Amino acid sequence: MTLATVKTTCPYCGVGCGIEATVEDPVAHRVTIKGDPEHPSNFGKLCSKGATLGDTVSLENRLLYPAVNGQRCDWDSALDHVASRFRQIIAEHGPDAVAFYVSGQLLTEDYYVANKLMKGFIGSANIDTNSRLCMSSAVVGYKRAFGADTVPCSYSDLELADLIVLVGSNAAWCHPIAFQRIRKAKDNNPQLKVVVVDPRRTASCDIADLHLPLKPGMDALLFNGLLCHLQRDGRIDHDYVANFTNGFAEALRQAEASAGSVAAVAAGCELDPADVAQFFAWFADTERSVTVYSQGINQSSSGSDKCNAIINCHLASGRLGKPGMGPFSFTGQPNAMGGREVGGLANMLAAHMDLDNPVHVDRVGRFWHSERVANRPGLKAVDMFEAIAAGRIKAVWVMATNPVVSMPDADRVKQALQRCEFVVVSDCIADTDTAQLAHVLLPATGWSEKDGTVTNLERRISRQRPLFPASGEARHDWWIISRVAQHMGFTEAFAYQSSSEIFREHAALSAFENDAEHQLRDFDLSAFAAIDQTEFDALQPVQWPVTRDRPQGSPQLFADKLFYTADRKARFIPVAPQGPRHSVDANYPFTLNTGRLRDQWHTMTRTGLAAKLNAHRPEPFVEIHPADAERLHLKNRSLAHIESRWGQMLARVEIGAGQRQGSLFVPMHWTGQLSSHGRMGALVNPVVDPYSGQPESKQTPVRITAWPATWYATILARQPLTIRDCEYQVKVRGDQFYRYELAGSGAGKDWRQWSRDLFAEHGMAGAGDWLEYSDLQAGYYRCAYVNDNRLQVCLLVGPDFELPEPGWLCSLFPKPELSRSERLALLSGQPPKGEADIGRIVCSCFNVGEKTIQQAVQAQKLQSVAAISACLGAGSGCGSCVAELKEFLPQPG
Amino acid sequence: MKLKLVVIGNGMAGMRTVDELLQLAPERYQITVFGAEPHGNYNRIMLTPVLFGAKSIAEIMIHDFDWYRKHRITLHCGPDKTVVDVDRARRRVIARDGTEAEYDYLLLATGSLPLMLDIPGRELRGVLGFRDIADVQTMIAAAASKTHAVILGGGLLGLEAANGLLQRGMQVSVVNRAGHLLNKQLDRQAAGFLQQQLAGKGIEFHLGCTIGRILGEDGQIHAVQLSNGEILPADLLVMSTGIKPNIALAERIGLQCERGVIVDDLMQTSDPRIFSVGECVQHRGELFGLVAPVYEQAKVCARQLSGHAGSIYQTLSSATMLKVTGIDLFSVGDFEGDADCQILQLIDHGLGVYKKIVLRGDIVIGVILYGDTSDSAWYLNLVKDKTPIAAIRDRLMFGQTPLAAAA
Repeated sequence: MTLATVKTTCPYCGVGCGIEATVEDPVAHRVTIKGDPEHPSNFGKLCSKGATLGDTVSLENRLLYPAVNGQRCDWDSALDHVASRFRQIIAEHGPDAVAFYVSGQLLTEDYYVANKLMKGFIGSANIDTNSRLCMSSAVVGYKRAFGADTVPCSYSDLELADLIVLVGSNAAWCHPIAFQRIRKAKDNNPQLKVVVVDPRRTASCDIADLHLPLKPGMDALLFNGLLCHLQRDGRIDHDYVANFTNGFAEALRQAEASAGSVAAVAAGCELDPADVAQFFAWFADTERSVTVYSQGINQSSSGSDKCNAIINCHLASGRLGKPGMGPFSFTGQPNAMGGREVGGLANMLAAHMDLDNPVHVDRVGRFWHSERVANRPGLKAVDMFEAIAAGRIKAVWVMATNPVVSMPDADRVKQALQRCEFVVVSDCIADTDTAQLAHVLLPATGWSEKDGTVTNLERRISRQRPLFPASGEARHDWWIISRVAQHMGFTEAFAYQSSSEIFREHAALSAFENDAEHQLRDFDLSAFAAIDQTEFDALQPVQWPVTRDRPQGSPQLFADKLFYTADRKARFIPVAPQGPRHSVDANYPFTLNTGRLRDQWHTMTRTGLAAKLNAHRPEPFVEIHPADAERLHLKNRSLAHIESRWGQMLARVEIGAGQRQGSLFVPMHWTGQLSSHGRMGALVNPVVDPYSGQPESKQTPVRITAWPATWYATILARQPLTIRDCEYQVKVRGDQFYRYELAGSGAGKDWRQWSRDLFAEHGMAGAGDWLEYSDLQAGYYRCAYVNDNRLQVCLLVGPDFELPEPGWLCSLFPKPELSRSERLALLSGQPPKGEADIGRIVCSCFNVGEKTIQQAVQAQKLQSVAAISACLGAGSGCGSCVAELKEFLPQPG
Repeated sequence: MKLKLVVIGNGMAGMRTVDELLQLAPERYQITVFGAEPHGNYNRIMLTPVLFGAKSIAEIMIHDFDWYRKHRITLHCGPDKTVVDVDRARRRVIARDGTEAEYDYLLLATGSLPLMLDIPGRELRGVLGFRDIADVQTMIAAAASKTHAVILGGGLLGLEAANGLLQRGMQVSVVNRAGHLLNKQLDRQAAGFLQQQLAGKGIEFHLGCTIGRILGEDGQIHAVQLSNGEILPADLLVMSTGIKPNIALAERIGLQCERGVIVDDLMQTSDPRIFSVGECVQHRGELFGLVAPVYEQAKVCARQLSGHAGSIYQTLSSATMLKVTGIDLFSVGDFEGDADCQILQLIDHGLGVYKKIVLRGDIVIGVILYGDTSDSAWYLNLVKDKTPIAAIRDRLMFGQTPLAAAA
């Protein structure tokens, strides 16, 4: 029997890699995942997250049945309940008393229907998306400059460029395959220079010719300085500026006010003037320059201005609309762009039309056959949850996202949802921090079941195709939304039978009155306005606009130098650089930066299921500069308490010279499901950009102190445990086991009793053997339960954080049985003599640990990453560990 | 003209001293040895493997008669050659059969005797200790024709005898006054492991009681009655309730004795011409029953006799191993500790592994290893050397391997 291979798209970052999935067993949800060699995003490559998708499609943790108030019920009652509660609240309090909070994880078709229901039929614009947290500043930047939310570049520009500036982007970890393309481009083109602008020395600096570790938040000053330098150096493309743009003089004047000299820029950014001058000179001298910017720019109280400060430099030098150049926003989510296209943000209407434009509102109303289309922006994410907290919004429907974790001031978001009259959550995952607060839970299909389209960060629309039929009673999001709409009385407008039908309508709307006569819009899928199911199923990845003139799509925009403003000219935006809204002070002396890790995705509801992905960084941590750590007596691997005016978290200390002094970094991923105090969102200030509403997630003033833990513990268990009374707790999924890291600050427990009770409660007691080690006076206790000569559970307790690294113990769980020597060594946590402990996993693709690498480098005198790869495989998969591998090589000199 | 050295006792302590002496000063003495057993010098510790058939008597000989001839040592051995008196004034040794030998120096190495409890019926045939080749030969002969063996005493020797007789097909019961086995070497928990394991092999245990009466007819034992009244059939009763220093001769000739022959740090008795080593001596209040300190005494004594500058004897911690097939057991030092001590424990019931380390401050003062003794040498050194272990405390229990890996 030949197995069906399905071409689909990765559901993680905005790169949008193509995948070839071969279903091995549709019942057991076994599937082999490979990169699609033909997909133009990745040409067969996948990162560690994409490569392990097969490990995340089990039914574990899935939400499979509708439930109302904790009671399972049938779909019809659930839909009716949701519809009637919404209808009732709208009737009593008006349409603005309800809201949808949606997600860049939704497919374009889901997104389209949600937006249509809220803005077109409920008549409110209170639909916002978690993409608000990710790239809404980039939207504002493009719209202000180009008159439309148009990403002008393609990945191919990265390969044609001679200078790539990565600003506020750790693409090596956040967009790994795009980064691999840059790395390869650099290998192929020795002239290509890479500059990384980031307060933190990240893995992306691995290929940087220059790293500018600027003071957090000072990017606009740097790019204003660049604009001034282009002027001073005679690099302004005056013809371009004069004929195709407006506002240059004012922008330059504003830039000169703060950034008129290299010295002023260097001082303001706390950079070496020589480095600043070098960057300016390279940019000035390099026609083919691409500036890639991401969350480090966007997540700021002045993110929109920072985007425009960057775009200004490209406009001024005419570096736009030609191959190998342009301002290139990297979006975070798989379908953030699709959300922008359908109007998933509260300040957009649909198909790149605007709420505050009566012509657009009228046009969309005619297209949808609705007279109720919202005509003013709704509440953006932070304001939306504020309105929920204040009771102005009384019903909210959260789709495919986890705001209790990801929003700033997340504890307040949690309170808001707790107080909210009616909370609906539709998701594919059962137990999320947000789902726990829902009155109604609606099971949605997951990635492996979904059927529709996504748009990646270079405007490329790709199909996601189902590998399996829907699990349990899960339904596609578009189906759920449409049915609720129908139950609310909007029968005809939501009578969809398939996602292709929705895509066709979406494409038709993009083409509707989209011509010179009605003023052209950038977003145009007119070529698909009549697409049928067969064509939809066969849809090849294509970059919009896709029109009758350009049926193969459009890799490059603005070659014609015509923009989407009224006068078709681009606009310079004068930018007055601003620091973070809240600056550090004596009480909160550190700037907290947040971001992604290499092997995790968002709130880990999926990547957290893949054992391989949890090995790289198993716990929430806080990275701190060695000098700061020493001053505050923070030891590597100890626990620290981080506190802002808004909340607090506990995290494992990681001392790293890559951090600036005075700056901290915490990963964004940990949830209340996986950690007791690891939700970084609780700390983040709810300050937003005035134009984009995007929160300032990269700069919150905090303080950090050693958390006075009196005991630390690790539990490895074959099955998940419910552990109640530990102040610090992190859960990590491994290969056939769960790992718990615990700590407490009070008196230690009676470990013997505590562990026996805990394990017995989970059925791990009885016929098997107990192993126990105790040195109670010194605070050490270890025990294990072995049944059928397989390790079932073990607990290691110590008075400090130096517990045995559990790598070897973890490796015992998949073994069919323990050898005598393994069992004798068990409670030591160390492998018996002669057996290797591979240490912490560095390369997730090939499961290569740090000790293996150290030994190989030493024993075989390896001198390069290529040699390590040849020897161990490490680094030859997704390549995102290459930067780390370098640290194992002998340092020159 | 060579000096004359007479050695009373042809056992391990005395002959080890002679060995050492031959190394240090081979020409200094003309040596005469008296032994009460009709054998050369043999390794008494190896009587256990002889009992269960793993070794022959020839194989446990340290020095056969040839060796004495080769080293021109005069050996008088056999029951008739038991030394009955010493004329200290004339410096002469007199054996039962009248054999005499003159000495310049005398080495008293009479060893110890099994402590034969004064139980009614102890004179019956089939009641014996476990001390010498004759005892072992008796046991082997009994095992060939008889069924029931009772061992009185759950110490090392008793358990070895029990195991040996079990190997030879007898049904074996162990009677022990203490509530747990090896109470001088093991704590209750380790003893529990051991008892469980031995019970699994088929040995029966009667703990917390003793033997009140030995029953027999025609001068031959056929049962024992326990202090709790229970009667056990017994064709053989091995008393292994301990040893007592054999000091009868020393007392008779007026050497200073308490429980043993008093020696100083140079192994010299109250008579400067008489030295003493082995299980018969008492040094700084202590008696000895294990080979390691005895060999150390032999070394010190030999240096002294050799005329070289003396080294002094210090009692060192010594360890116990049980020579029972399939049982790994090691014990050293103070394994109970006191209120100031800290206890580290490792238990794996299924695997039958129990380990205990007793610390005083950051010094290891006692160790019990049961079920896995692979690191015993390392622990013994930690105890002997008083190595501070604070830095490795969390790895201490897990033996030398991870420590070396961490270094």
